[in-house]
Amino acid sequence: MSAHSTYQPSSPFLKWLEARLPIMGLVHASFVDYPTPRNLNYWWTFGGILSFMLAVQILTGIVLVMHYTPHEAFAFRSVEQIMRDVNYGWLLRYLHSNGASMFFIAVYIHIFRGLYYGSYKAPREVLWILGVIIYLLMMATGFLGYTLPWGQMSFWGATVITNFFSAIPVVGDSIVTWLWGGYAVGNPTLQRFFSLHYLLPFVIAGVVVLHVWALHVAGQNNPTGVEPKTSQDTVPFTPYATVKDSFMLIAFCVVYAWFVFYIPNYLGHADNYIQANPGVTPTHIVPEWYYLPFYAILRAIPNKLLGVIALFASILILAFLPWLDTSRVRSATYRPLYRQFFWIFVAVCLGLGWLGSKPAEGGYVIAARILTAWYFIHFLIILPLLGLIETTKPLPNSITEAVLGKSAGRPSLKAAAASPEHRG
Amino acid sequence: MRTLRPLSLVLLAACLAASSVATRAAEQEPPPRQQWSFSGPFGLFDRAQLQRGLKVYREVCQTCHGLTMIAFRNLAEPGGPEFTRAQAAAIAAEYQIQDGPNDQGEMFQRPGRLADHFPAPFPNDQAARAANNGTVPPDFSVLAKARTYERGFPWFLFDIVTQYQEQGPDYIVALMLGYEEPPQGVELPAGTQYNKYFPGHAIAMPPPLTDGRVEYTDGAPMTVAQYAKDVAAFMVWAAEPHMEARKRVGFQVMVFLIVFAGLLYFTKKKVWAGVHEPA
Repeated sequence: MSAHSTYQPSSPFLKWLEARLPIMGLVHASFVDYPTPRNLNYWWTFGGILSFMLAVQILTGIVLVMHYTPHEAFAFRSVEQIMRDVNYGWLLRYLHSNGASMFFIAVYIHIFRGLYYGSYKAPREVLWILGVIIYLLMMATGFLGYTLPWGQMSFWGATVITNFFSAIPVVGDSIVTWLWGGYAVGNPTLQRFFSLHYLLPFVIAGVVVLHVWALHVAGQNNPTGVEPKTSQDTVPFTPYATVKDSFMLIAFCVVYAWFVFYIPNYLGHADNYIQANPGVTPTHIVPEWYYLPFYAILRAIPNKLLGVIALFASILILAFLPWLDTSRVRSATYRPLYRQFFWIFVAVCLGLGWLGSKPAEGGYVIAARILTAWYFIHFLIILPLLGLIETTKPLPNSITEAVLGKSAGRPSLKAAAASPEHRG
Repeated sequence: MRTLRPLSLVLLAACLAASSVATRAAEQEPPPRQQWSFSGPFGLFDRAQLQRGLKVYREVCQTCHGLTMIAFRNLAEPGGPEFTRAQAAAIAAEYQIQDGPNDQGEMFQRPGRLADHFPAPFPNDQAARAANNGTVPPDFSVLAKARTYERGFPWFLFDIVTQYQEQGPDYIVALMLGYEEPPQGVELPAGTQYNKYFPGHAIAMPPPLTDGRVEYTDGAPMTVAQYAKDVAAFMVWAAEPHMEARKRVGFQVMVFLIVFAGLLYFTKKKVWAGVHEPA
């Protein structure tokens, strides 16, 4: 978000404004002029999709709050009232509940794109860490939000997750009582979760501003991992990135709409249509799908405290990734060994997710232990080691060369045929 | 190209082996799939079926099961059983609703109106428990969405594409038809019946339906299987009264989004046309 811009205010009012607050210049520099690598593929469109999802969640959430009652006696029914008696209330609520899942689908794609193309490496460490913070905030927000309908899974999910803190030696139980606002999950818990669920999205929005700021300082990574060197290597954000992002955003919305309109409860849990009942424990307490890999890690470890530590470590380890990966080459395209380990890691995460949805017994536990061990081995052993032993493929000299081949600078046959007078 | 080299193959095999250890034999038979008029992207409720379902509910289920989130006016709204307002008002008038306090400060009973909700069968959970052998009969309002069965891998993935989401009503029908003599050696707790599809098999509810118990006037068969289907369909509507509107709007949204995406795709191609050639 540098203030250097070629922006020329077009009207007297805009000139007047620009002299006092150069906000239009800032927008112009960030979203119109901003040079983006010409070789970005569609995996790079998920940043825009995530901004859109944050806006959708905040807007639908604000309207839902107008009709929702955060009280243990009324919450469940007020959600059903939204579904039945509020005009298009069913649409608002399904947009919001499925929106959370779509938000996580997009963020997982965004994160794995970063992992594949080495987007966390210098000079983008701060950008990456801000992303990890956003992800943590999203997980907190999603968890708090799932509590609000006050169904069985809301209640028991909240009970299980808050109980993590009781694993802390000495003060654990006091902390849990403090979190609950009582001796069990109850009305005070629901009300504070509601308050925080309304607060955190705005915190996320704030960190997103920092994330985008850091992005605009370091510039975008790209599929080659080679920094842009000349203006030939980039294209202006508008129209190139805007039109590409818009297309992918609408394609993403098709998937979103499929869930909202046709299978709106697919990603939820049937038990959450039963009102919270402290006297009846569901047979399997399962968190939302986006936490399942971490839930599997938690349950893979027989000791509760160590399990909780492993759970948090599995997320926090991402923040140290820029220093755990010792390779100088960013993109997996030029790292034949890392590319294989990347796909194994993807499979491990999916496997952990599946195991997280299964009861913690028998073979499931053994499988979860193997995959949990691999999760940490990937970060702590494989990534540091690979940078030392891997023979990487030769990098292209520039993005332009990667796009056009070695003949960059000389016109291709096609271009030459189309415009013979044009000499590169 | 992402060729999988031997190293990764070995690891993948290890993962697969680990997960195959994890698979257990299914302990419970899944409910059989039913045909529903409301399944799929263009599914609509069968009005006559919903009206029959309401009849079964009122003549059999409502002594124990509430329907407290449904108002009588809902019965006359589009996308549901679509009674006329007069019919819905007549149904409402058959119920006594507690109102008040009146000018003397006393609660009183009056006949139901369109704006009223179905009254709860028991004043509180304790009364429900006392009358039902220690269990609270669940309210029907969202029950069709609160019941399901596990689909398992890979079926749960196919369900995204096929839009199969009628696990709830399929289970309810199966439950109605699942009463059996307990297998040899199975001891049931006092006051429970054996049901093939109920989790744990010991269900407190006695078999509620018998052939011919509810009189149908539209020629539909008066069998337990038909009653079960009708009441399950009715419960799906009760749980999701705006389902038809949702699928209708959904189709409009889908058409718009796909056309819009197509236009954007060609715009993108045009804008980017020169970029993959030398400047």
